[in-house]
Amino acid sequence: MNPFKRFTGIVAPLDRSNVDTDAIIPKQFLKSIKRTGFGPNLFDEWRYLDRGEPGVDSSNRPLNPEFVLNDPRYQGAQILLARDNFGCGSSREHAPWALDDYGFRVIIAPSFADIFFNNCFKNGLLPIVLSTEIVDKLFQQAAGEQALELTVDLQAQSIILPNGEGIGFEVDEFRKHCLLNGLDDIELTLQHVDAIKSYEAARQQQAPWLFS
Amino acid sequence: MKTLYDKLWEAHIVRSEADGTSLLYIDRHLVHEVTSPQAFEGLRLAGRRPWRTGANLATPDHNVPTQNRDEGIVDPIARLQVETLGKNCREFGITEFEMDDIRQGIVHVVGPEEGATLPGMTLVCGDSHTATHGALGALAFGIGTSEVEHVLATQCLIQKKSKSMLIDIEGKLGDGVDAKDLVLAIIGKIGTAGGTGYAIEFAGEAIRNLSIEGRMTVCNMTIEAGARVGLVAVDETTIEYVKGRPYAPEGEVWDQAVAAWRDLHSDEGAHFDRIVTLDASQIQPQMTWGTSPEMVVPVTGVVPDPAQEPDPAKADGMRRALEYMGLEAGTPCSEIRPDVVFIGSCTNSRIEDLRDAAAIAKGRKVAKSIKQALVVPGSGLVKQQAEAEGLDKIFIQAGFEWRDPGCSMCLAMNADRLEPGERCASTSNRNFEGRQGAGGRTHLVGPAMAAAAAVMGHFVDVRSF
Repeated sequence: MNPFKRFTGIVAPLDRSNVDTDAIIPKQFLKSIKRTGFGPNLFDEWRYLDRGEPGVDSSNRPLNPEFVLNDPRYQGAQILLARDNFGCGSSREHAPWALDDYGFRVIIAPSFADIFFNNCFKNGLLPIVLSTEIVDKLFQQAAGEQALELTVDLQAQSIILPNGEGIGFEVDEFRKHCLLNGLDDIELTLQHVDAIKSYEAARQQQAPWLFS
Repeated sequence: MKTLYDKLWEAHIVRSEADGTSLLYIDRHLVHEVTSPQAFEGLRLAGRRPWRTGANLATPDHNVPTQNRDEGIVDPIARLQVETLGKNCREFGITEFEMDDIRQGIVHVVGPEEGATLPGMTLVCGDSHTATHGALGALAFGIGTSEVEHVLATQCLIQKKSKSMLIDIEGKLGDGVDAKDLVLAIIGKIGTAGGTGYAIEFAGEAIRNLSIEGRMTVCNMTIEAGARVGLVAVDETTIEYVKGRPYAPEGEVWDQAVAAWRDLHSDEGAHFDRIVTLDASQIQPQMTWGTSPEMVVPVTGVVPDPAQEPDPAKADGMRRALEYMGLEAGTPCSEIRPDVVFIGSCTNSRIEDLRDAAAIAKGRKVAKSIKQALVVPGSGLVKQQAEAEGLDKIFIQAGFEWRDPGCSMCLAMNADRLEPGERCASTSNRNFEGRQGAGGRTHLVGPAMAAAAAVMGHFVDVRSF
């Protein structure tokens, strides 16, 4: 995983709540056995006017002009602004893979679904929870003629507005450390092989039926 | 004084960081074809092997065809994914119930049925409906593919403890009101994000009176209320259910296990961060009208009016849902006519569900206006049991199609799907836009209600049968 560095990017405002993982990446694309290549099918049913199928080149498909990601202002967006309960539904990690593959690095919302939230961190994506009031303000600014650009500084836990004003955000210490350093969870866990083995040995004594 | 969640959590901590992040030991890992290929590929690239092969159990379910199995899988991309699961399981020595095995089925039906899900376990699967297994007093939750790889490689997961919620349902469910109605009513009450950040324990008279199948239906949809974990305390019903199953302990070890399992309940006076109470006797048969499971009403009611909703964001969501669903506010539920009926999914495809649906279908005919009515058992063994009871004949005589086990039209990854604009009475768990096929419209109901909608051609209060 690449370390998460401070960056400045365009905000794409997706103004609806309860955006589920079926909407983020529809089921027909989950048949892939790869981790990459999901970007062109991100929000497929909203983004295109025809039905998407896996293995089909999306570059010539008819775009839905009403959908936010097709708005010329938001081309190249790296920050997705969303509403409550973003990422609800299935555990499919194809959802953060698709967001990442499209080019998003940060998602801002008043709340996220638990499994999706967790999956983001495993893929170098930073989900940021901000209050509904602040999210409302960002939606107003992002809807202007000029796209809104924000700077995200994970180290300082701050989002910097174009006028220089900073908005602080919370992030779990452990997850922050992993993101900033691009650490692989499995490597970290395997530093504790002895602890796992001794837990296992004790547990096997107590509850042998779990090890048969 | 500890909650059941506290007890399960504490028994599985390998080590903890100062901020509470814990390395949690995982007893059982269930694997299916959709969320595992990238995890196995990751193991291979890093030159790793599974930590404890015997802790894993695999079966294909999402992509498998539910008819003409002898022809194999026609869709080459789906076929490759199912074949990849087989290849990975063989390479790493993991037990798999393949498509031609009588034990194959939906992973959340197979685990408990085999006794591979036991009380007191931690159990994970790359699927959000893993909370199903909490019905047996197991700490079970859905994970993403990175975590699938993590548990394969280390038998552990890095987790932070959730807050705890008690949903206490006192009183008795009325006749004709089932576990699905109960869980839909709960989601309607707390909302689709009401459980976010919580582990939910379901308790009270109405839960104790449910069979394990019913408890699984309730725990299964915990994620539709936002929570990853749903739990029910162990009681005699649990122990009776587990006894004699292929993976369950036997002899002296069985006695030892049962003694340990009897402690798997919340202590009197244990602290919960949130408590929600419901009166079971007030719950009516439910159906969803919109595109989120919280958009639910009693079948005796009408489609709600966004103009009556004080929260503007919610009202906006309701308007969008009405448009997608092709419905008008104020329409009585009984005037809504499905085109397709689907009885199946990890929520409602167990033997009890099929019995409930068959009791309604018996001696009746699927209405002419219904284009397709599918019954998809949750596993090969459920199918076999249903056939032994003659349920298949009841369904076939009524005009239902009797299929082979799999996830099927719950998420339409195989050939079973809705066409744009088609409306479905479905016993599954999600009514999201496009869930059962692009442009498809889903109404979630229990199995008896789905069968009743099939024979009447419109939604109907099953208590009138």
